[in-house]
Amino acid sequence: MTQNPDCAYLDHAATTPLCPEALEAMQPFFDERFANPSGAHWMARDAMRAVNDARDKIAELFWAEPGEVVFCSGATEADNLAVFGIAGAGQAGGVAKAGQADRLVSTGRAGDADRVGMAASVGGAEIVCSAIEHPGVLAPVERLGGTTVGVDSKGIINLEELSQVIGKKTKLVSVMLVNNETGVIQPLAEIAELLAERAPQAVFHTDAVQAVSWLDVAEHAKSAHMISLTAHKFRGPKGAGALIARRGVDFRPLIFGGGQERERRAGTHNVAAIVGLAAAAEIAVSHRVVNAQRVSLLRDQLSDHLKAVVPNVVETGVVETAAGTDRSHKIAGSCHLCFAGVESEALLFLLEREGVYASAASSCASGAFEPSHVLAAMGISRELAKGSLRLSLGTCTTQAEIDLACRAIPPAVGQLRKAAA
Amino acid sequence: MAPAPSKPKVLVAMSGGVDSSVAAALLQQQGYDVTAVTLKLWGGESDTGCCSVSDVDDARRVADHLGVEHHVFNFGDEFQDKVVNPYVEEHQAGRTPNPCVECNRHIKFDKLLRRAEALNFDLVATGHHARLARTVSGELRLKRGVDRDKDQSYVLWMLGQEQLDRLIFPVGNLTKAQVRELARQLGIRTADKPDSQDVCFITKAQGRERFLTPRMPFTAGKVVSVDDQELGQVEAVELVTIGQRKNLGLSGQPEALYAVDVDAGRAVVTVGAKDELLCATQPIAQVDWIAGPVAERLRVQFRAHGKSALGWVRQNDLGLNADGAALDACHSDEDAAQQTSLGWQICWETPQPRIAPGQSVVFYDKSDEIVLGGTIALRNPVVSSSVSPA
Repeated sequence: MTQNPDCAYLDHAATTPLCPEALEAMQPFFDERFANPSGAHWMARDAMRAVNDARDKIAELFWAEPGEVVFCSGATEADNLAVFGIAGAGQAGGVAKAGQADRLVSTGRAGDADRVGMAASVGGAEIVCSAIEHPGVLAPVERLGGTTVGVDSKGIINLEELSQVIGKKTKLVSVMLVNNETGVIQPLAEIAELLAERAPQAVFHTDAVQAVSWLDVAEHAKSAHMISLTAHKFRGPKGAGALIARRGVDFRPLIFGGGQERERRAGTHNVAAIVGLAAAAEIAVSHRVVNAQRVSLLRDQLSDHLKAVVPNVVETGVVETAAGTDRSHKIAGSCHLCFAGVESEALLFLLEREGVYASAASSCASGAFEPSHVLAAMGISRELAKGSLRLSLGTCTTQAEIDLACRAIPPAVGQLRKAAA
Repeated sequence: MAPAPSKPKVLVAMSGGVDSSVAAALLQQQGYDVTAVTLKLWGGESDTGCCSVSDVDDARRVADHLGVEHHVFNFGDEFQDKVVNPYVEEHQAGRTPNPCVECNRHIKFDKLLRRAEALNFDLVATGHHARLARTVSGELRLKRGVDRDKDQSYVLWMLGQEQLDRLIFPVGNLTKAQVRELARQLGIRTADKPDSQDVCFITKAQGRERFLTPRMPFTAGKVVSVDDQELGQVEAVELVTIGQRKNLGLSGQPEALYAVDVDAGRAVVTVGAKDELLCATQPIAQVDWIAGPVAERLRVQFRAHGKSALGWVRQNDLGLNADGAALDACHSDEDAAQQTSLGWQICWETPQPRIAPGQSVVFYDKSDEIVLGGTIALRNPVVSSSVSPA
């Protein structure tokens, strides 16, 4: 990657630059190998071979069978497919039954406590997710009138609460492997144990998009029945993702048409992007340990420096001990800080002027930052959450970028605090 | 060669409409260092206004077209606290609030100005149709925009020197037709976008009542005549506005009756005939003279769009009668402050409809400069002596 030495791109949780290997692998499919894989002729078969080679690769990297890999447009689609797919499973012909359709439109955000109580009395809530899910999961779950489970102050799911919510009627539990704002890792193995004990019939889905560059996703998610992935979070192209759905997990498709992906996801394959997905995944997984080690040092340097130089900063998702900051629950690329008395919008504006590109909470369609539901779930006050700054490092982040961020952030925070005083 | 002095940095608030689009373009032509921002204020339903994704997109695309950097600031929390909640509370108190005035007071010309200052901007610009004029002594005055039909100085009356000093209204010298023509010439995509109307967080389809229903309780009340005869009932006294004629639960009355007073505390709406709606004097409790009291006849505007009327501002409770003894001259600032605390009233040249508490009233001199602005704080109940004999 060519890097502009005057700027620091620290927004890898939003998206990452395409790696050269993926770009190279994709190139022929924009050119001579352009055919539609669903055709019968040689050119079509050639394109289909590329899609299926990519499928084999993804299966191998994430400990799945090729037939368990459903290619789609990205993680939001994969998440929707998992949630709506499980909620509507068993419905022939893809037409929602009467009552189901009503529920889809009429349910809103009811009081969690009520729903938990109600759920417990009838054998558990049907659709459950953590309160810190990406909107790709959270919005479908809310539309279905599902139940959310809280997190502790470190941003880790409350297993006690989860065990109270689930039961014999639970159809789906969706918990992300790594949170996109805080970088906090969720205990999937423990969740799976809980499900095996209290809701063995439930399907366990995990959105693993933020994890691929940093964690052994295959190991962490080995007991999940469904896994969402998207290429652009690990240096693949935008527009390609996959839902890994274990054999035997019955789910209803979202998109009907030409029968592609064994009738689980219709639509012409985005061949180049699928090829790029596999190429990027291979690089991410094979370089993972080395990358994570190098980047975690840069991240520690960044977090430690900012906390040492700037007063009134809270680092989220960590445990402060006498020996230092314990960041073992976070992925290597995540530095998430809250600056008291600062508004992140203003901070990001100043940082942009210094060439530092970062983020705060999650941005909505208008480009405005919305108050973070993740920080709220962690019990961080709205006031403090307004000063949140997400610096997400990538596998190509350099020391020079970290140095620039370390230089730019303290004076920017100082300027805003002075103006507010 | 000495470096050229750096261009003034201006943050232009772009709503996605044509006025602020042209404002940005004009500032750029005039050599300012322009950055655009769209405020995200309201996340709920909206017809237009300034917050929908499509309006942000319009603003962003106009900025792209002009080559201007564009940002979005989310002031949703402040908007809820300072505009939406008070809007509900004012209704609960039986008043008729003007949320656009409060948005300008607290959001655009406070929060945004402070944000701009913190980010090292010299100036903030908006697409309001209003003008600034400087007096010989160097003070700034707010004037009506050139286009009288589109003038928005009414909703800006609360701006003080400190704010005016850091503001520019680039389209105030243009008619709306000129603004649209300029937009067309510059290839700006919003050239023919319809004007925004009314309160941005109240939709036409849903209306005020549907907005308020989940946010406050309503009080059923009785409707009485000026001489206290009960004539009917309303389900929500909080939704009745002075001057209202419809939906008062009245039928079979020989003549049209208007709400002339709303007492939310007692849940009583008083109705009267047209001449009882009119009054010769209107109390205005607190007033902020821009540069000391003005004795001359002023043009008084008491709603955002629509007619204005002529009248004098006089102190009450000083034995001054409505027929117009001259206002005591103020000989010092202390005198002025003293007088301000005593309460004032408008003495109309010809009787005018009572103004609902909560409404802004803005006073213009002959040169269209604002000399006084305020909010109607008190009810103006009907007492027979206040009604001019026909």
